[in-house]
Amino acid sequence: MIKPKVGVVSCSGECCSLGTLSRIATRRVLEDLKAGETVTICLPLFLAGDSGERMFAKQFPTVAVDGCHKLCATKAIEKYSGATAATVDVESMLEEQGSDPPASRRIFTPEDMAMVAMVAGAIVEKVDGIKEAQDA
Amino acid sequence: MNERPILIIPCSGIGKPFGTIGRDATFRVVDELRKGRADTSCLSLLVMGDEEATEQIRESDCIAVDGCPLECARKNIEIAGGRIAAYFRVMDLLRDNRGLKPKQVTFLDDDGTRLAEMLAERIAVKVDELGGGGLD
Repeated sequence: MIKPKVGVVSCSGECCSLGTLSRIATRRVLEDLKAGETVTICLPLFLAGDSGERMFAKQFPTVAVDGCHKLCATKAIEKYSGATAATVDVESMLEEQGSDPPASRRIFTPEDMAMVAMVAGAIVEKVDGIKEAQDA
Repeated sequence: MNERPILIIPCSGIGKPFGTIGRDATFRVVDELRKGRADTSCLSLLVMGDEEATEQIRESDCIAVDGCPLECARKNIEIAGGRIAAYFRVMDLLRDNRGLKPKQVTFLDDDGTRLAEMLAERIAVKVDELGGGGLD
């Protein structure tokens, strides 16, 4: 039986380094940790795209990855496409850890990459949870 | 001379290197080449109709930077009522530099970095022409 893929949609987050952190963690999941099991879409396509793009969350159970508390990814998906299956709030994760956001939004240090691994792990947990629910 | 910084809005492309090139170039201009004279904002905030982001767009000269022909940055700026003073497409840059073949999405490879540097230089020249200022 072919299992449906899980959507992972990152906020664009050009304003700050948390957006870069969200995108790199999302790419890590798509390329490596859950390659072949996950798909993505550019967030602004929900508005600029056609009805095909807006079907995304209806076709795929979707994890929103939000850099900051504004939760643009979650809100955009729910406004234009359908309910999200889960949200990863990166700013909240860092606050719980007492970690500062990366200093640069372009160049990441090894410490920043450790945060990427942490966020990617959180995304994988959500993806696994969705797939387990599909199997049940 | 513009009293406000020029607002550079890159697309949020996450599936191919083109979006990464546009964002990297934008961050080079905003954080290094024309720091204080150019600024950026999250495209997702515009998509969501965020009041502050929409006001900033409407009050600034905007430079749209799009990775692919779907033109999410340009379209979303226009939908938000922004004024596009200049427009760059990574695809055009690729056409002018056919020898460069960027492949990496998450972290740019050498060809992607070269293209981002070239694009950043072009955007910086445009910021000068438009006379951005205001964050100093």
